[in-house]
Amino acid sequence: MRTELTDAQWLHDAEVSIEELAELSGLSTELLRELVEYGALIPADTQSAHWSFTADCVVTVRTVSRLREDFDLDANALSVALNLIERIHGLEAQLRELRSQLPALRVKR
Amino acid sequence: MKYKDYYEILGVPRDASVDAIKKAYRKLAHQYHPDVSKDPKGEEKFKDISEAYKTLKDPEARAAYDNLGSHQPGEDFQPPPDWGQQFGGGGNFSFEDIDLSDLFAGLGGGGRSRAGGARGGNFPIPGQDYEVTAPITVEDAYRGTELDLNLSVPDYDEHGRMRRVPLVFKARIPKGVTDGERLRLPGKGGKGLNGGPNGNLFLTIALQPHPLYRVAGHDLYLDLPLAPWEAALGASVEVPTLAGPVRLKVPAGTNTGQKLRLAKRGLPKRREGEGDLFAIAQIVVPPSPTESEKKLFKELADASQFNPRAAFPTGDGK
Repeated sequence: MRTELTDAQWLHDAEVSIEELAELSGLSTELLRELVEYGALIPADTQSAHWSFTADCVVTVRTVSRLREDFDLDANALSVALNLIERIHGLEAQLRELRSQLPALRVKR
Repeated sequence: MKYKDYYEILGVPRDASVDAIKKAYRKLAHQYHPDVSKDPKGEEKFKDISEAYKTLKDPEARAAYDNLGSHQPGEDFQPPPDWGQQFGGGGNFSFEDIDLSDLFAGLGGGGRSRAGGARGGNFPIPGQDYEVTAPITVEDAYRGTELDLNLSVPDYDEHGRMRRVPLVFKARIPKGVTDGERLRLPGKGGKGLNGGPNGNLFLTIALQPHPLYRVAGHDLYLDLPLAPWEAALGASVEVPTLAGPVRLKVPAGTNTGQKLRLAKRGLPKRREGEGDLFAIAQIVVPPSPTESEKKLFKELADASQFNPRAAFPTGDGK
């Protein structure tokens, strides 16, 4: 059987508008604006009148959307959660990098 | 269709109040929510918990669920005959290939289905998005690969009736991905309804541990075992890279932990360029030295004035 082959796209390459981000995450644009206001979500170009976001925001915002739905969180609580999640991601990346530099060598005795 | 006991999943009696159900759900959510919990089985458990809560918190969905009667969890059962009409518009509707949660999706309960609530409606509904973790090898990341994906997704027949269908396809993963990378397969999520666009499939790349290389971003780290004399005198040694073996010049006086950089021998990057490969020197001694090796080491020990512990505060370190 021949199966269909689909090209996976990079999330980093694209930028999404706040409307697209709302559509992809299931959050309202009002809530997204609030998250930007609290500094939990940072547009790619803060100077521009029309905000755009790097597309890898999508996954983070979808996490937020899940948390909102599953824990009944408001915008304020969501921004706290979002900041902490981003910090954890950063720390995990650092940890991975440091771990990869530790020797794993085991000499057979 | 397999029966699930939603009350048992939440640990509440069948006559529990909405408040008690909510409280039980929240407690379990804190314990098992995949974004919060470290429990590796959390995601699976939370799915059931969430499914149970979404059905039981909604009075209509709860009444419909109660109407199914009580069965043993995991027991195969058929809903009462009138369910077929409610669900799919009559006829000999088969419940074989759907999940229990699909039944309540239309009543505000069940899973996360965005499309679920709109059976029979006429406005366009975008398809659901899926998120999948894709484990690939370091070699796959280096070369790019085709990944077989095998999902079970809800689908609708020409009468708008839901069933679960397997979705099998290949995804081309470009070279240049690394651990934690996110990719999007547009249109590969759930089917849109009434002309709504299909959902997206989001892939998160998870690199599998490699016996030789450890990955940090696009850089690779490799332990490079060296004999004491190679480290002291310098040597030219063969090092495996993803593109095949290369020769590396180890400078004289190399110490354990020193990183020898092999430029551009790491993973390729998305647009251009490559990460580096770092060989970390590890001085190892012969595990069972021969008599002559021992003799030579002894000679060296007698001849050498080297004190590796000169920095220690007390005495001469011997």
